[in-house]
Amino acid sequence: MLLEVKGLCVNYGRIEAIRDISFTVEEGEIVTLIGANGAGKTTTMKTISGLRPVRAGTVTFNGEDITHMPSHERPVLGISQSPEGRGCFIGMSVMENLEMGTYARADRKSKAVKDDLDRVFELFPRLKERTNQAAGSMSGGEQQMLAMGRALMAKPKLLLLDEPSMGLAPKLIKQIFDIVTEINSQGTTVLLVEQNAAQALKRSHRAYILETGEIVREGTGMALAADPAVKAAYLGGDV
Amino acid sequence: MQFLIDNFAALTVTGLAIGAVYSLIALGYTFVYGVLRLINFAHSEVFMYGSFAAVWVVMVIGGHPGGSIGQVIFWVALMFVAAMAMSGLVAVLIERVAYRPLRKRNAPPLIALISAIGASFVLSETMGLREKIAGWFGLDDTLRPYVNNSRNNVPLPSIIKPQGVFSIQGYEVTNVDIFVIVGAIAMMIMLDQFVSRSRLGRGIRAVAMDPEAAALMGVNRDRVIRVTFLVGGVMAGAAAVFYLLKIGSTRYDVGFILGVKAFTAAVLGGIGNLRGALLGGIVLGLAENYGSALVGTEWKDVVAFVLLVVILLFRPTGLLGESLGKARA
Repeated sequence: MLLEVKGLCVNYGRIEAIRDISFTVEEGEIVTLIGANGAGKTTTMKTISGLRPVRAGTVTFNGEDITHMPSHERPVLGISQSPEGRGCFIGMSVMENLEMGTYARADRKSKAVKDDLDRVFELFPRLKERTNQAAGSMSGGEQQMLAMGRALMAKPKLLLLDEPSMGLAPKLIKQIFDIVTEINSQGTTVLLVEQNAAQALKRSHRAYILETGEIVREGTGMALAADPAVKAAYLGGDV
Repeated sequence: MQFLIDNFAALTVTGLAIGAVYSLIALGYTFVYGVLRLINFAHSEVFMYGSFAAVWVVMVIGGHPGGSIGQVIFWVALMFVAAMAMSGLVAVLIERVAYRPLRKRNAPPLIALISAIGASFVLSETMGLREKIAGWFGLDDTLRPYVNNSRNNVPLPSIIKPQGVFSIQGYEVTNVDIFVIVGAIAMMIMLDQFVSRSRLGRGIRAVAMDPEAAALMGVNRDRVIRVTFLVGGVMAGAAAVFYLLKIGSTRYDVGFILGVKAFTAAVLGGIGNLRGALLGGIVLGLAENYGSALVGTEWKDVVAFVLLVVILLFRPTGLLGESLGKARA
Protein backbone atom coordinates (compact mmCIF):
# COMPACT_ATOMS: atom_id res chain seq x y z
CA MET A 1 0.00 0.00 0.00
CA LEU A 2 1.49 3.34 -1.03
CA LEU A 3 -0.87 5.65 0.81
CA GLU A 4 -3.19 4.83 3.65
CA VAL A 5 -5.49 7.41 5.18
CA LYS A 6 -7.22 6.19 8.31
CA GLY A 7 -9.94 7.89 10.33
CA LEU A 8 -8.78 11.32 9.22
CA CYS A 9 -10.46 14.38 10.76
CA VAL A 10 -9.46 17.92 9.81
CA ASN A 11 -11.01 21.14 11.04
CA TYR A 12 -11.02 24.70 9.83
CA GLY A 13 -11.33 26.47 13.13
CA ARG A 14 -14.44 24.93 14.62
CA ILE A 15 -15.85 23.69 11.34
CA GLU A 16 -15.25 20.05 10.53
CA ALA A 17 -13.99 19.97 6.97
CA ILE A 18 -13.51 16.21 6.84
CA ARG A 19 -14.80 13.64 9.31
CA ASP A 20 -13.32 10.23 9.86
CA ILE A 21 -12.41 9.40 6.28
CA SER A 22 -10.38 6.35 5.34
CA PHE A 23 -9.06 5.29 1.97
CA THR A 24 -6.05 3.69 0.36
CA VAL A 25 -4.02 4.06 -2.79
CA GLU A 26 -2.08 1.08 -4.10
CA GLU A 27 1.10 1.45 -6.08
CA GLY A 28 0.41 1.88 -9.78
CA GLU A 29 -3.21 2.95 -9.40
CA ILE A 30 -5.19 5.99 -10.40
CA VAL A 31 -7.57 6.67 -7.53
CA THR A 32 -10.12 9.45 -7.67
CA LEU A 33 -11.97 11.35 -4.98
CA ILE A 34 -15.21 12.69 -6.35
CA GLY A 35 -17.51 15.13 -4.71
CA ALA A 36 -19.31 18.44 -4.95
CA ASN A 37 -17.87 21.79 -3.92
CA GLY A 38 -17.14 21.86 -0.22
CA ALA A 39 -17.20 18.08 0.16
CA GLY A 40 -13.66 18.16 1.55
CA LYS A 41 -11.68 17.00 -1.47
CA THR A 42 -9.14 19.81 -1.48
CA THR A 43 -8.80 19.66 2.30
CA THR A 44 -7.96 15.97 1.97
CA MET A 45 -5.29 16.71 -0.64
CA LYS A 46 -3.80 19.55 1.39
CA THR A 47 -3.71 17.35 4.45
CA ILE A 48 -1.85 14.59 2.60
CA SER A 49 0.72 17.21 1.59
CA GLY A 50 0.92 18.49 5.16
CA LEU A 51 -0.59 21.92 4.58
CA ARG A 52 -3.42 21.33 7.07
CA PRO A 53 -2.98 20.08 10.63
CA VAL A 54 -4.65 16.77 11.43
CA ARG A 55 -7.09 16.67 14.34
CA ALA A 56 -7.41 12.92 14.46
CA GLY A 57 -6.47 9.91 12.38
CA THR A 58 -3.33 8.95 10.53
CA VAL A 59 -1.71 9.31 7.13
CA THR A 60 0.76 6.57 6.22
CA PHE A 61 2.97 6.75 3.16
CA ASN A 62 5.04 3.78 2.07
CA GLY A 63 4.72 2.33 5.55
CA GLU A 64 5.87 5.52 7.28
CA ASP A 65 3.56 7.52 9.53
CA ILE A 66 3.62 11.05 8.09
CA THR A 67 0.56 12.43 9.89
CA HIS A 68 2.48 15.24 11.53
CA MET A 69 5.47 15.54 9.24
CA PRO A 70 6.18 19.14 8.08
CA SER A 71 4.92 19.78 4.56
CA HIS A 72 8.33 20.63 3.10
CA GLU A 73 9.72 17.20 4.02
CA ARG A 74 7.06 15.27 2.15
CA PRO A 75 8.28 15.89 -1.42
CA VAL A 76 11.54 14.24 -0.34
CA LEU A 77 9.58 11.04 0.32
CA GLY A 78 8.00 11.20 -3.10
CA ILE A 79 4.73 13.03 -2.59
CA SER A 80 4.15 15.80 -5.08
CA GLN A 81 1.03 17.86 -5.65
CA SER A 82 -0.38 19.99 -8.40
CA PRO A 83 -2.68 22.11 -6.25
CA GLU A 84 -6.17 23.39 -6.89
CA GLY A 85 -5.99 26.62 -8.86
CA ARG A 86 -2.58 25.49 -10.19
CA GLY A 87 -0.42 27.55 -7.83
CA CYS A 88 2.13 28.39 -10.49
CA PHE A 89 4.78 30.91 -9.43
CA ILE A 90 3.42 33.58 -11.71
CA GLY A 91 6.46 35.85 -11.56
CA MET A 92 8.83 33.07 -12.55
CA SER A 93 9.43 31.79 -16.03
CA VAL A 94 8.17 28.39 -17.14
CA MET A 95 11.67 27.01 -16.78
CA GLU A 96 12.11 28.40 -13.28
CA ASN A 97 8.77 26.88 -12.29
CA LEU A 98 9.88 23.50 -13.54
CA GLU A 99 13.18 23.87 -11.70
CA MET A 100 11.27 24.66 -8.53
CA GLY A 101 9.80 21.18 -8.91
CA THR A 102 13.26 19.71 -8.35
CA TYR A 103 13.86 21.80 -5.22
CA ALA A 104 13.61 18.88 -2.81
CA ARG A 105 15.43 16.32 -4.94
CA ALA A 106 18.76 15.04 -3.69
CA ASP A 107 19.85 14.37 -7.29
CA ARG A 108 18.74 17.79 -8.57
CA LYS A 109 22.12 18.48 -10.13
CA SER A 110 22.44 15.15 -11.90
CA LYS A 111 21.58 14.15 -15.41
CA ALA A 112 18.39 12.48 -14.21
CA VAL A 113 16.83 15.92 -13.98
CA LYS A 114 17.53 16.57 -17.63
CA ASP A 115 15.83 13.29 -18.55
CA ASP A 116 12.81 14.17 -16.47
CA LEU A 117 12.67 17.56 -18.13
CA ASP A 118 12.65 15.91 -21.54
CA ARG A 119 9.87 13.64 -20.39
CA VAL A 120 7.80 16.61 -19.16
CA PHE A 121 8.35 18.39 -22.47
CA GLU A 122 7.26 15.25 -24.28
CA LEU A 123 4.03 15.14 -22.27
CA PHE A 124 3.50 18.90 -22.58
CA PRO A 125 5.11 20.15 -25.80
CA ARG A 126 3.47 23.53 -25.18
CA LEU A 127 5.78 24.14 -22.22
CA LYS A 128 8.86 23.59 -24.31
CA GLU A 129 7.85 26.40 -26.65
CA ARG A 130 7.47 28.78 -23.72
CA THR A 131 10.37 28.09 -21.41
CA ASN A 132 11.24 31.77 -20.98
CA GLN A 133 7.72 33.09 -20.74
CA ALA A 134 6.45 34.28 -17.35
CA ALA A 135 4.00 31.71 -15.96
CA GLY A 136 1.50 34.45 -15.12
CA SER A 137 1.15 35.43 -18.77
CA MET A 138 -0.01 31.97 -19.87
CA SER A 139 -3.55 30.71 -20.34
CA GLY A 140 -5.32 28.63 -17.72
CA GLY A 141 -4.75 25.42 -19.63
CA GLU A 142 -1.06 26.12 -20.05
CA GLN A 143 -0.74 26.93 -16.37
CA GLN A 144 -2.42 23.62 -15.56
CA MET A 145 0.13 21.84 -17.70
CA LEU A 146 2.90 23.76 -15.99
CA ALA A 147 1.63 22.85 -12.53
CA MET A 148 1.48 19.18 -13.51
CA GLY A 149 4.88 19.31 -15.18
CA ARG A 150 6.35 21.00 -12.15
CA ALA A 151 4.91 18.32 -9.87
CA LEU A 152 6.40 15.63 -12.13
CA MET A 153 9.83 17.25 -11.96
CA ALA A 154 9.91 16.18 -8.31
CA LYS A 155 9.94 12.60 -9.60
CA PRO A 156 7.11 11.58 -7.29
CA LYS A 157 6.02 8.13 -6.25
CA LEU A 158 2.58 9.57 -5.64
CA LEU A 159 1.26 12.42 -7.75
CA LEU A 160 -1.62 14.38 -6.24
CA LEU A 161 -3.72 16.23 -8.80
CA ASP A 162 -6.32 18.58 -7.40
CA GLU A 163 -8.96 19.41 -10.02
CA PRO A 164 -6.73 19.46 -13.08
CA SER A 165 -9.75 20.04 -15.33
CA MET A 166 -11.05 23.08 -13.49
CA GLY A 167 -11.95 25.98 -15.78
CA LEU A 168 -10.74 24.28 -18.94
CA ALA A 169 -12.49 23.84 -22.27
CA PRO A 170 -13.90 20.32 -22.90
CA LYS A 171 -11.33 19.52 -25.56
CA LEU A 172 -8.49 20.48 -23.26
CA ILE A 173 -10.06 18.47 -20.43
CA LYS A 174 -9.86 15.32 -22.51
CA GLN A 175 -6.26 16.10 -23.35
CA ILE A 176 -5.37 16.59 -19.68
CA PHE A 177 -6.98 13.27 -18.76
CA ASP A 178 -5.11 11.54 -21.57
CA ILE A 179 -1.91 12.86 -20.08
CA VAL A 180 -2.89 11.69 -16.60
CA THR A 181 -3.42 8.20 -18.00
CA GLU A 182 -0.09 8.41 -19.78
CA ILE A 183 1.75 9.53 -16.64
CA ASN A 184 0.21 6.62 -14.77
CA SER A 185 1.13 4.10 -17.44
CA GLN A 186 4.73 5.31 -17.15
CA GLY A 187 4.67 4.14 -13.55
CA THR A 188 3.53 7.04 -11.37
CA THR A 189 0.71 6.43 -8.92
CA VAL A 190 -1.95 9.12 -9.12
CA LEU A 191 -4.47 10.40 -6.60
CA LEU A 192 -6.93 12.61 -8.37
CA VAL A 193 -9.61 14.95 -7.10
CA GLU A 194 -12.32 15.86 -9.56
CA GLN A 195 -15.70 17.41 -10.07
CA ASN A 196 -15.68 16.18 -13.62
CA ALA A 197 -16.85 12.75 -12.54
CA ALA A 198 -17.55 11.19 -15.92
CA GLN A 199 -14.03 11.59 -17.25
CA ALA A 200 -12.40 10.85 -13.92
CA LEU A 201 -14.32 7.62 -13.27
CA LYS A 202 -13.61 6.38 -16.75
CA ARG A 203 -9.89 6.82 -16.19
CA SER A 204 -9.50 5.58 -12.62
CA HIS A 205 -8.95 2.15 -11.25
CA ARG A 206 -10.89 2.98 -8.12
CA ALA A 207 -12.80 5.93 -6.74
CA TYR A 208 -14.31 7.26 -3.54
CA ILE A 209 -17.25 9.60 -3.29
CA LEU A 210 -17.06 12.34 -0.70
CA GLU A 211 -20.13 14.10 0.62
CA THR A 212 -19.90 16.85 3.25
CA GLY A 213 -16.66 15.56 4.64
CA GLU A 214 -17.43 11.84 4.65
CA ILE A 215 -16.85 8.99 2.25
CA VAL A 216 -20.25 7.67 1.22
CA ARG A 217 -19.34 5.22 -1.51
CA GLU A 218 -16.38 3.48 -3.00
CA GLY A 219 -15.65 1.06 -5.81
CA THR A 220 -13.93 0.62 -9.11
CA GLY A 221 -14.24 3.47 -11.56
CA MET A 222 -16.40 1.34 -13.87
CA ALA A 223 -18.76 0.20 -11.14
CA LEU A 224 -19.31 3.70 -9.80
CA ALA A 225 -19.84 5.11 -13.28
CA ALA A 226 -22.59 2.53 -13.81
CA ASP A 227 -24.21 3.05 -10.38
CA PRO A 228 -27.61 4.74 -10.83
CA ALA A 229 -27.30 6.84 -7.67
CA VAL A 230 -23.89 8.10 -8.70
CA LYS A 231 -25.18 8.75 -12.19
CA ALA A 232 -28.03 10.85 -10.87
CA ALA A 233 -25.89 12.86 -8.50
CA TYR A 234 -22.62 13.33 -10.39
CA LEU A 235 -23.00 12.37 -14.01
CA GLY A 236 -26.26 14.16 -14.78
CA GLY A 237 -25.26 17.05 -16.95
CA ASP A 238 -21.69 16.03 -17.37
CA VAL A 239 -19.61 15.56 -20.48
CA MET B 1 16.03 78.14 -7.57
CA GLN B 2 19.35 79.73 -8.41
CA PHE B 3 20.94 77.86 -5.51
CA LEU B 4 19.65 74.58 -6.86
CA ILE B 5 21.05 75.28 -10.31
CA ASP B 6 24.42 76.46 -9.01
CA ASN B 7 24.86 73.43 -6.79
CA PHE B 8 23.15 70.84 -8.90
CA ALA B 9 26.21 68.55 -9.17
CA ALA B 10 26.95 68.64 -5.45
CA LEU B 11 23.32 67.98 -4.56
CA THR B 12 23.17 65.11 -7.02
CA VAL B 13 26.30 63.38 -5.75
CA THR B 14 25.44 63.65 -2.07
CA GLY B 15 21.83 62.77 -2.86
CA LEU B 16 22.96 59.63 -4.64
CA ALA B 17 25.26 58.67 -1.77
CA ILE B 18 22.64 59.02 0.95
CA GLY B 19 20.02 57.55 -1.38
CA ALA B 20 22.19 54.48 -1.83
CA VAL B 21 22.26 54.05 1.94
CA TYR B 22 18.46 54.39 2.07
CA SER B 23 18.22 51.75 -0.66
CA LEU B 24 20.35 49.25 1.20
CA ILE B 25 18.30 49.63 4.35
CA ALA B 26 15.07 49.62 2.35
CA LEU B 27 15.99 46.20 0.98
CA GLY B 28 15.60 44.76 4.46
CA TYR B 29 12.08 46.15 4.85
CA THR B 30 10.99 45.09 1.42
CA PHE B 31 12.57 41.64 1.64
CA VAL B 32 10.87 40.75 4.90
CA TYR B 33 7.61 42.25 3.72
CA GLY B 34 7.74 40.18 0.55
CA VAL B 35 8.03 36.95 2.49
CA LEU B 36 6.00 37.65 5.64
CA ARG B 37 3.73 40.55 4.67
CA LEU B 38 5.06 42.22 7.77
CA ILE B 39 6.82 45.55 8.25
CA ASN B 40 9.82 44.79 10.44
CA PHE B 41 9.92 48.09 12.32
CA ALA B 42 12.92 46.87 14.29
CA HIS B 43 15.00 46.85 11.11
CA SER B 44 16.22 50.40 11.88
CA GLU B 45 17.96 49.02 14.98
CA VAL B 46 19.59 46.31 12.89
CA PHE B 47 21.28 49.14 11.03
CA MET B 48 22.18 50.97 14.25
CA TYR B 49 23.85 47.92 15.82
CA GLY B 50 25.86 47.42 12.67
CA SER B 51 27.06 51.00 12.78
CA PHE B 52 28.26 50.60 16.37
CA ALA B 53 30.02 47.34 15.55
CA ALA B 54 31.85 49.13 12.74
CA VAL B 55 32.94 52.03 14.95
CA TRP B 56 34.02 49.74 17.78
CA VAL B 57 36.07 47.47 15.60
CA VAL B 58 38.02 50.47 14.32
CA MET B 59 38.56 51.62 17.93
CA VAL B 60 39.71 48.15 18.99
CA ILE B 61 42.28 47.77 16.23
CA GLY B 62 43.40 51.36 16.64
CA GLY B 63 42.44 52.79 13.31
CA HIS B 64 43.85 56.31 13.01
CA PRO B 65 44.22 59.12 10.47
CA GLY B 66 47.03 58.90 7.97
CA GLY B 67 47.18 55.13 7.63
CA SER B 68 48.75 53.59 4.54
CA ILE B 69 46.51 52.45 1.71
CA GLY B 70 46.87 48.87 2.84
CA GLN B 71 45.89 49.75 6.40
CA VAL B 72 42.87 51.74 5.28
CA ILE B 73 41.63 48.89 3.12
CA PHE B 74 42.11 46.50 6.02
CA TRP B 75 40.24 48.75 8.44
CA VAL B 76 37.34 49.29 6.09
CA ALA B 77 37.16 45.57 5.33
CA LEU B 78 37.02 44.87 9.07
CA MET B 79 34.24 47.44 9.42
CA PHE B 80 32.23 45.57 6.84
CA VAL B 81 32.81 42.21 8.46
CA ALA B 82 31.93 43.48 11.93
CA ALA B 83 28.89 45.48 10.85
CA MET B 84 27.45 42.81 8.57
CA ALA B 85 27.98 40.09 11.16
CA MET B 86 26.43 42.17 13.94
CA SER B 87 23.47 43.33 11.86
CA GLY B 88 22.85 39.86 10.50
CA LEU B 89 22.90 38.45 14.01
CA VAL B 90 20.58 41.10 15.42
CA ALA B 91 18.15 40.62 12.53
CA VAL B 92 18.02 36.85 13.04
CA LEU B 93 17.58 37.34 16.80
CA ILE B 94 14.68 39.72 16.22
CA GLU B 95 12.99 37.12 14.05
CA ARG B 96 13.59 34.40 16.60
CA VAL B 97 12.44 36.34 19.65
CA ALA B 98 9.90 38.88 18.41
CA TYR B 99 8.22 37.20 15.44
CA ARG B 100 8.54 33.44 15.32
CA PRO B 101 6.72 32.70 18.57
CA LEU B 102 3.82 34.84 17.36
CA ARG B 103 3.80 33.20 13.94
CA LYS B 104 3.69 29.74 15.50
CA ARG B 105 0.59 30.78 17.41
CA ASN B 106 -1.02 32.32 14.34
CA ALA B 107 -1.16 35.78 15.87
CA PRO B 108 -2.86 38.45 13.75
CA PRO B 109 -0.52 40.85 11.86
CA LEU B 110 -1.31 43.72 14.19
CA ILE B 111 0.24 41.83 17.10
CA ALA B 112 3.46 41.31 15.15
CA LEU B 113 3.51 45.03 14.40
CA ILE B 114 3.35 45.89 18.11
CA SER B 115 6.05 43.31 18.77
CA ALA B 116 8.18 44.97 16.09
CA ILE B 117 7.82 48.41 17.61
CA GLY B 118 8.56 46.98 21.04
CA ALA B 119 11.69 45.22 19.79
CA SER B 120 12.80 48.46 18.19
CA PHE B 121 12.56 50.41 21.45
CA VAL B 122 14.21 47.69 23.51
CA LEU B 123 17.16 47.45 21.13
CA SER B 124 17.59 51.19 20.78
CA GLU B 125 17.40 51.88 24.51
CA THR B 126 19.72 48.99 25.30
CA MET B 127 22.32 50.74 23.19
CA GLY B 128 21.44 54.15 24.67
CA LEU B 129 21.86 52.80 28.20
CA ARG B 130 24.97 50.74 27.56
CA GLU B 131 26.97 52.66 30.15
CA LYS B 132 24.47 51.66 32.86
CA ILE B 133 24.27 48.10 31.61
CA ALA B 134 28.06 47.78 31.64
CA GLY B 135 27.93 49.18 35.18
CA TRP B 136 25.69 46.33 36.35
CA PHE B 137 28.52 43.98 35.58
CA GLY B 138 31.23 46.31 36.87
CA LEU B 139 32.57 46.67 33.36
CA ASP B 140 31.95 50.37 32.86
CA ASP B 141 35.57 51.31 33.58
CA THR B 142 37.04 48.55 31.43
CA LEU B 143 34.76 49.45 28.57
CA ARG B 144 34.95 53.20 29.17
CA PRO B 145 35.80 54.28 25.60
CA TYR B 146 32.95 52.19 24.23
CA VAL B 147 30.22 53.12 26.68
CA ASN B 148 31.04 56.76 27.41
CA ASN B 149 28.36 59.34 26.70
CA SER B 150 26.08 56.58 25.61
CA ARG B 151 23.32 58.99 24.63
CA ASN B 152 25.50 61.16 22.42
CA ASN B 153 27.04 60.95 18.99
CA VAL B 154 29.82 58.41 18.61
CA PRO B 155 32.29 59.47 15.94
CA LEU B 156 34.04 57.05 13.64
CA PRO B 157 37.81 57.55 14.08
CA SER B 158 38.78 59.37 10.91
CA ILE B 159 40.52 56.65 8.99
CA ILE B 160 39.84 57.98 5.53
CA LYS B 161 40.36 61.57 4.54
CA PRO B 162 37.94 62.36 1.73
CA GLN B 163 39.93 63.46 -1.28
CA GLY B 164 38.59 65.02 -4.42
CA VAL B 165 38.90 62.72 -7.40
CA PHE B 166 37.39 64.98 -10.02
CA SER B 167 35.17 68.00 -9.93
CA ILE B 168 31.97 68.88 -11.69
CA GLN B 169 30.55 72.38 -11.54
CA GLY B 170 33.08 73.27 -8.91
CA TYR B 171 32.08 70.37 -6.60
CA GLU B 172 34.87 68.00 -5.68
CA VAL B 173 33.53 64.46 -5.99
CA THR B 174 35.47 62.58 -3.33
CA ASN B 175 36.79 59.04 -3.18
CA VAL B 176 34.31 58.40 -0.35
CA ASP B 177 31.37 59.54 -2.49
CA ILE B 178 32.40 57.23 -5.28
CA PHE B 179 33.07 54.30 -2.95
CA VAL B 180 29.68 54.65 -1.27
CA ILE B 181 27.70 54.90 -4.50
CA VAL B 182 29.57 52.17 -6.37
CA GLY B 183 29.82 49.91 -3.33
CA ALA B 184 26.14 50.15 -2.51
CA ILE B 185 25.14 49.42 -6.08
CA ALA B 186 27.52 46.45 -6.17
CA MET B 187 25.89 45.05 -3.01
CA MET B 188 22.47 45.39 -4.59
CA ILE B 189 23.54 43.65 -7.77
CA MET B 190 24.91 40.78 -5.70
CA LEU B 191 21.65 40.48 -3.82
CA ASP B 192 19.70 40.60 -7.05
CA GLN B 193 21.79 37.75 -8.43
CA PHE B 194 21.41 35.76 -5.24
CA VAL B 195 17.64 36.07 -5.32
CA SER B 196 17.18 35.34 -8.99
CA ARG B 197 19.80 32.63 -9.47
CA SER B 198 20.56 30.69 -6.32
CA ARG B 199 18.37 27.84 -5.13
CA LEU B 200 17.70 29.51 -1.80
CA GLY B 201 16.97 32.80 -3.55
CA ARG B 202 14.37 31.07 -5.66
CA GLY B 203 12.96 29.48 -2.55
CA ILE B 204 12.56 32.97 -1.11
CA ARG B 205 10.76 34.18 -4.21
CA ALA B 206 8.57 31.12 -4.23
CA VAL B 207 7.50 31.68 -0.61
CA ALA B 208 6.83 35.35 -1.40
CA MET B 209 4.64 34.44 -4.36
CA ASP B 210 2.74 31.49 -2.95
CA PRO B 211 3.73 30.02 0.43
CA GLU B 212 1.59 26.90 0.05
CA ALA B 213 2.85 26.05 -3.42
CA ALA B 214 6.39 26.65 -2.15
CA ALA B 215 5.84 24.15 0.66
CA LEU B 216 4.58 21.63 -1.90
CA MET B 217 7.92 22.01 -3.70
CA GLY B 218 9.75 21.23 -0.47
CA VAL B 219 10.74 24.78 0.48
CA ASN B 220 11.18 25.08 4.23
CA ARG B 221 9.38 28.31 5.04
CA ASP B 222 10.99 28.82 8.45
CA ARG B 223 14.42 28.49 6.93
CA VAL B 224 13.53 30.91 4.14
CA ILE B 225 12.28 33.41 6.69
CA ARG B 226 15.48 33.13 8.71
CA VAL B 227 17.60 33.65 5.60
CA THR B 228 15.45 36.60 4.61
CA PHE B 229 16.09 38.31 7.92
CA LEU B 230 19.78 37.43 7.75
CA VAL B 231 20.23 38.82 4.25
CA GLY B 232 18.26 41.97 5.08
CA GLY B 233 20.44 42.39 8.15
CA VAL B 234 23.68 41.92 6.25
CA MET B 235 22.58 44.59 3.78
CA ALA B 236 21.77 46.96 6.64
CA GLY B 237 25.24 46.27 8.06
CA ALA B 238 26.83 47.24 4.77
CA ALA B 239 24.63 50.34 4.71
CA ALA B 240 25.89 51.23 8.17
CA VAL B 241 29.50 51.24 6.97
CA PHE B 242 28.69 53.36 3.94
CA TYR B 243 26.75 55.72 6.18
CA LEU B 244 29.64 56.04 8.63
CA LEU B 245 32.13 56.73 5.87
CA LYS B 246 29.88 59.45 4.48
CA ILE B 247 28.42 60.98 7.65
CA GLY B 248 31.13 60.17 10.18
CA SER B 249 29.21 59.31 13.34
CA THR B 250 26.38 57.24 14.77
CA ARG B 251 24.11 57.31 17.79
CA TYR B 252 21.79 54.96 19.67
CA ASP B 253 18.76 56.54 18.01
CA VAL B 254 20.27 57.00 14.56
CA GLY B 255 17.99 54.26 13.24
CA PHE B 256 14.78 56.09 13.88
CA ILE B 257 14.76 58.74 11.17
CA LEU B 258 16.90 56.64 8.82
CA GLY B 259 14.55 53.71 9.30
CA VAL B 260 11.52 55.83 8.53
CA LYS B 261 13.26 57.17 5.43
CA ALA B 262 14.30 53.74 4.24
CA PHE B 263 10.81 52.41 4.86
CA THR B 264 9.53 55.36 2.85
CA ALA B 265 11.95 54.47 0.08
CA ALA B 266 10.69 50.89 0.10
CA VAL B 267 7.06 51.99 -0.18
CA LEU B 268 7.96 54.58 -2.79
CA GLY B 269 9.55 51.98 -5.02
CA GLY B 270 6.85 49.39 -4.32
CA ILE B 271 7.08 47.39 -1.11
CA GLY B 272 8.11 43.80 -1.63
CA ASN B 273 9.98 44.71 -4.81
CA LEU B 274 13.79 44.65 -4.56
CA ARG B 275 14.46 46.86 -7.54
CA GLY B 276 11.79 49.18 -6.22
CA ALA B 277 13.78 49.57 -3.01
CA LEU B 278 16.83 50.56 -5.02
CA LEU B 279 14.91 53.07 -7.09
CA GLY B 280 12.93 54.39 -4.12
CA GLY B 281 16.09 55.05 -2.11
CA ILE B 282 17.80 56.91 -4.92
CA VAL B 283 14.71 58.96 -5.77
CA LEU B 284 14.22 59.84 -2.13
CA GLY B 285 17.86 60.81 -1.59
CA LEU B 286 17.88 63.04 -4.67
CA ALA B 287 14.47 64.57 -4.05
CA GLU B 288 15.40 65.43 -0.48
CA ASN B 289 18.50 67.24 -1.59
CA TYR B 290 16.91 69.10 -4.48
CA GLY B 291 13.87 69.92 -2.37
CA SER B 292 15.88 71.30 0.51
CA ALA B 293 17.92 73.38 -1.93
CA LEU B 294 14.68 74.88 -3.18
CA VAL B 295 12.88 75.55 0.09
CA GLY B 296 15.58 75.27 2.76
CA THR B 297 17.36 72.42 4.53
CA GLU B 298 15.02 72.49 7.51
CA TRP B 299 12.26 71.32 5.14
CA LYS B 300 14.18 68.24 4.06
CA ASP B 301 12.01 65.68 5.86
CA VAL B 302 8.83 67.49 4.85
CA VAL B 303 9.89 67.29 1.22
CA ALA B 304 10.57 63.57 1.59
CA PHE B 305 7.14 62.75 2.94
CA VAL B 306 5.21 65.09 0.68
CA LEU B 307 6.90 63.31 -2.18
CA LEU B 308 5.84 59.95 -0.78
CA VAL B 309 2.22 60.98 -0.45
CA VAL B 310 2.10 62.58 -3.90
CA ILE B 311 3.63 59.56 -5.61
CA LEU B 312 1.34 57.16 -3.79
CA LEU B 313 -1.68 59.23 -4.81
CA PHE B 314 -0.82 58.57 -8.44
CA ARG B 315 0.77 55.14 -8.06
CA PRO B 316 -0.71 53.50 -4.98
CA THR B 317 1.55 50.44 -5.27
CA GLY B 318 4.73 52.49 -5.65
CA LEU B 319 6.91 53.30 -8.63
CA LEU B 320 7.57 49.72 -9.71
CA GLY B 321 4.59 48.04 -8.07
CA GLU B 322 4.51 45.48 -5.29
CA SER B 323 5.61 41.88 -5.07
CA LEU B 324 8.95 40.25 -4.63
CA GLY B 325 8.13 37.65 -7.20
CA LYS B 326 6.89 39.71 -10.07
CA ALA B 327 9.87 41.97 -10.28
CA ARG B 328 12.27 39.08 -10.82
CA ALA B 329 14.14 40.31 -7.75
